[in-house]
Amino acid sequence: MKVIELKKSVTDSNDRDAALLRRELDEKGMLLINLMSAAGSGKTTFLSRTITDLKDLRIAVIEADIESVVDAERIAKLGARSIQAHTDGMCHMDAGMTREAVESIGTDETDVLFLENIGNLICPAEYDTGAQRNVMILSVPEGDDKPLKYPLMFENSNVLIITKTDTMSYFDFDMDKCIERVRRLNPFIEIFPVSAKTGEGMDEWEKWLIREVQETKNRRKR
Amino acid sequence: MHEMGIVLHIAKTLNETAEEEKITKIGSVTLQVGEVSGIITDLFVDCWNYFKVRNEILKDSELKLETLPAVTFCGDCEKTYPTVKYGRECPYCGSYETWLLTGNECIIKEIEAETL
Ligand SMILES: Nc1nc2c(ncn2[C@@H]2O[C@H](COP(=O)(O)OP(=O)(O)O)[C@@H](O)[C@H]2O)c(=O)[nH]1
Ligand SMILES: [Mg+2]
Ligand SMILES: [Zn+2]
Repeated sequence: MKVIELKKSVTDSNDRDAALLRRELDEKGMLLINLMSAAGSGKTTFLSRTITDLKDLRIAVIEADIESVVDAERIAKLGARSIQAHTDGMCHMDAGMTREAVESIGTDETDVLFLENIGNLICPAEYDTGAQRNVMILSVPEGDDKPLKYPLMFENSNVLIITKTDTMSYFDFDMDKCIERVRRLNPFIEIFPVSAKTGEGMDEWEKWLIREVQETKNRRKR
Repeated sequence: MHEMGIVLHIAKTLNETAEEEKITKIGSVTLQVGEVSGIITDLFVDCWNYFKVRNEILKDSELKLETLPAVTFCGDCEKTYPTVKYGRECPYCGSYETWLLTGNECIIKEIEAETL
């Protein structure tokens, strides 16, 4: 027997699968967005609003969260394509499971594909799904100290959506303090406060999304 | 389940390593687990034992776990302190503006193996 030093992260093989999937998606010019949050933060409601607002964008959704059957129906009712992913009782989506779901929904006729990840702020942050962009949702009732409790999720996200802003007056949520905490973890993150219920703030997020879709298409042309 | 997922990811990495290094049998696997990685050690060992007997290369391997200490940094007084003992509240100044520096990792440190 000989000793082989590895010093590899547990997610090493997943990281490579994810990088390969990301490259393939870039070549196809399709944007895959990994949407993460705690359970019940408002992922499906936020997606529904985005789909309703952006009729010209071809949006499809992979549902992986616990209530995936119900959520897939909610999305289908709006006229967007959706499928349920096979999560095998796991607490996160990995790159292999994501690839399977992407291949079964197909990449043609789609501008942006959302992956509604499993509702939990710990495990999904550790596993790269292969998506080009990570978007996380924090809802006002969860509190402004979430960045202190789950730093990795905030570090690994490109965008933070702070949703349910219509409930601000009922909760002791300090928006400035929250944003300051997040920026300390991740100075480059884009932050959009929204209410998926009233629609307030959605336009800024939607502008960002349209720009990203366009940039993904441009990357392919080059 | 979290622990089984981790076992599957480790096994995938080890099987890929086995192919690259022409390994026929793995005798032991040493993992470094952070104190606050959230991995439940007993459950993890059970998952490992359940899995390994079903995997040709890992069948007779021994699992060795090493603990990595968790350290937290205080944003207000800029000192560091042991996370497990004091938690979120800085023992020097009482601040809650504190951040985990290390302690949530899970690393495959080394393996003992027979090669062709
Ligand atoms: N007041 C308010 N409630 C919301 C908003 N977005 C979602 N909700 C509610 O939060 C609950 C969970 O939403 P859902 O989208 O299913 O969360 P998911 O589990 O993350 O997909 C539902 O009762 C929604 O009606 C919002 O912007 N404002
Ligand atoms: Mg949902
Ligand atoms: Zn301090």
